[in-house]
Amino acid sequence: MIGRRLTTLIGAGMAALVALVACGTGSTASKGSVHVLAVWAAAEQDSFLATLKPFEDQTGIKVLYESTRDVDSVLATRLAAGNPPEIAALPSLASVNKYAGQGKLVQLDNGILDMNTMNAQYSPGWIKLGTINGKLYQIFAWASVKGLIWYNPTKFAAKGYQVPTDWASLMALSAKIKADGTTPWCIAVASGAASGWPGSDWVKEIVLSQSGPTVYDSWWQGKTKWTDPAIKNAWLTWGTILGPNDSNVSGGAKTILSQPFGNGGDGLFKNPPKCYMHNQASFITANFVSQDKAVPGTDFKFFPLPDVDPQFAGAHVGGGDSFSMFKDTSQSRALIKYLTTPEAQAIWVKRGGKLSPNKSFDPANYPDDITRQVAAVMTGAKIFDFDAGDLMPTVMFNAYWAAVLKFVADQSKLDSILANLDTIQATAYK
Amino acid sequence: MDFSVLLNDVPTLVAVIVGVPAVLAAYIVGGEYLVRLLPDKARPAVRPWIWVGPALVIVGVFLVYPVFGTLWRSFFDTSGNNFVGLGNYANQLSGFPNGNAWIAIRNNIYWLILFTLLVLFFGLLFAVLTDRVPYESPIKSLIFMPMAISFVALSVIWLFMYSYQQPGDPQTGTMNAILQVFHHDPITWVQDPNIATFALIAAGIWGFVGFAMVILSAALKGIPGDLLEAARVDGAGEITIFRRVIFPLMMPTIVVVGTTLVIFALKAFDIVYVMTGGNYDTDVLANRMYKLAFQSPFETGLSSAVAVILVLAVVPVLIFNLRQFRAVEARR
Repeated sequence: MIGRRLTTLIGAGMAALVALVACGTGSTASKGSVHVLAVWAAAEQDSFLATLKPFEDQTGIKVLYESTRDVDSVLATRLAAGNPPEIAALPSLASVNKYAGQGKLVQLDNGILDMNTMNAQYSPGWIKLGTINGKLYQIFAWASVKGLIWYNPTKFAAKGYQVPTDWASLMALSAKIKADGTTPWCIAVASGAASGWPGSDWVKEIVLSQSGPTVYDSWWQGKTKWTDPAIKNAWLTWGTILGPNDSNVSGGAKTILSQPFGNGGDGLFKNPPKCYMHNQASFITANFVSQDKAVPGTDFKFFPLPDVDPQFAGAHVGGGDSFSMFKDTSQSRALIKYLTTPEAQAIWVKRGGKLSPNKSFDPANYPDDITRQVAAVMTGAKIFDFDAGDLMPTVMFNAYWAAVLKFVADQSKLDSILANLDTIQATAYK
Repeated sequence: MDFSVLLNDVPTLVAVIVGVPAVLAAYIVGGEYLVRLLPDKARPAVRPWIWVGPALVIVGVFLVYPVFGTLWRSFFDTSGNNFVGLGNYANQLSGFPNGNAWIAIRNNIYWLILFTLLVLFFGLLFAVLTDRVPYESPIKSLIFMPMAISFVALSVIWLFMYSYQQPGDPQTGTMNAILQVFHHDPITWVQDPNIATFALIAAGIWGFVGFAMVILSAALKGIPGDLLEAARVDGAGEITIFRRVIFPLMMPTIVVVGTTLVIFALKAFDIVYVMTGGNYDTDVLANRMYKLAFQSPFETGLSSAVAVILVLAVVPVLIFNLRQFRAVEARR
């Protein structure tokens, strides 16, 4: 008896299931959807979704956005399961290289994107970054530039300090501030499991500006060793910024290691100031405004990190948000095309925190003067190279970050730190 | 909360809500139907397998297969194509005492000893002390509360408690604020390699004492009152009663709780991942395994070797735990 009743129940359930499936597919089949995987959460996620809104409205295609801070792991798992998202924003170019080599990525300059428009809108550098073995595998929607030294103009004026224009005057200013009884720099490298990256920015900026793009490129490619004089020199140069036992930095090693990077510049706005200069990418201005109630232009301005070696004048390290395609569908084609347009890029740029790599982008879209000046540094750079950390394999840049922590704790251990990085470099690039 | 995401994939949603129970029900009804076709004598032999079947399949697919897959994988290089024998193990175990996996192994031993013993000690202490006071349940609820917090949240809370400001500035972290009261310079609790691991273990202990306390407290209450009464009549003092009567009677429970804690100490991951990411000499095997497996160049072979080392360390404890568990059951 019970068996029969159960069978009836199950039969009814199955019928309902079939009916619902029919309804379900009926309602969504119209324009289809596209899955996107990226790291942006919270405010950044809102900005990305705002960027997608006009696309969804115009095309009727639904974008299913998935956010994770661990894109590498999630993507590796999804690919192994044969179920990748159509489009992913990869934080590490090393991963793009790897997936392109394995044939997991869709080639974009083979009919998907109009390369005439692309070449008209993007400088060759950006196209080259996305090109692997002569094929385009990723496009850049947004960019950022590093190596900006933030300072407080009011506090500078009070002491009669001048904005340094070359490396010697930067070192002279640093010595003068120290002689006046204050630490010249604020540095903070704590960032959870990613601790150390703000210090790694210092080192890579110095490598590019001191030894030039050829050394820089062969370094992130794993061909130049960490113990190479050029790389070791960059660490030593950073050591002169830090001073003996980190004495040029507010609070010394303990503060550098324990302060979250987001609070790194707070010392600029203290009374009296704890430091006069702070090196960070442009996103930090959001923290200045919200945490320190600082006013752009009057309370803080920036100057680009001066050239270490005039031979490589105007060298800057930058970053970017790139998209790659894992599955070729008409919906994913439409979305990737949309993301290369200046109109789409302007939506997030206006909300703050991003620059556009697009040549036809109208600077009037930048939300304020500081952002416009930051964009001018990027477009005016004579040598613009991509963030070496994002180009290295994950194991390599994690070791790089950890090395920063050890170097800050004890600069005299540099040789053993670099030797250790060499052993990791030997296996990280296979 | 935006629940509209649930409607993105209606067929899957329906399949999960309706389909899964339907398939299970169909399996049971169908299985029972087939069993009834068998001769009477054969039924008792077949029926248990029908019922235990789904569980066996799930354990097989999600536990047994991955364990042996990992073991197999640990003998191959990164590409997974070339057999390297014990090469991955040799790689991870070379460089004693500071290279490769050794810092992690050292820290796991710290966790094993300090975490297990201190959680047991405080758990027993709180169980015995709260047993004698009228406000037992509010106190026990408070001590148990950290168990309700996810270990990721616990780690974030403790990061705030350990936070460091320059000497002279107001200390925002609880620990350094306490030091400031005693005019002691603040300490970088989780950035100093000499103390960071112990700072992490302290956070873990805070999170787990409640667990030990609740189980030990239950065991304590299971000791018959007339036994204690008899001991008192015989002239034993309270300390002697604890040492000679209560402690021996609780021993089996203490051992079971202890072995559970040992397994947890060997698996320690979330606190390390969130608080230091393995920096400042705080790495543990589970974190090392994760980093090797999921960071390019994705050293799955090495990672599997670390996983197997971890399993080998846990297995004896597991066997001991099961035996002890059975012994306790048998005594009931």
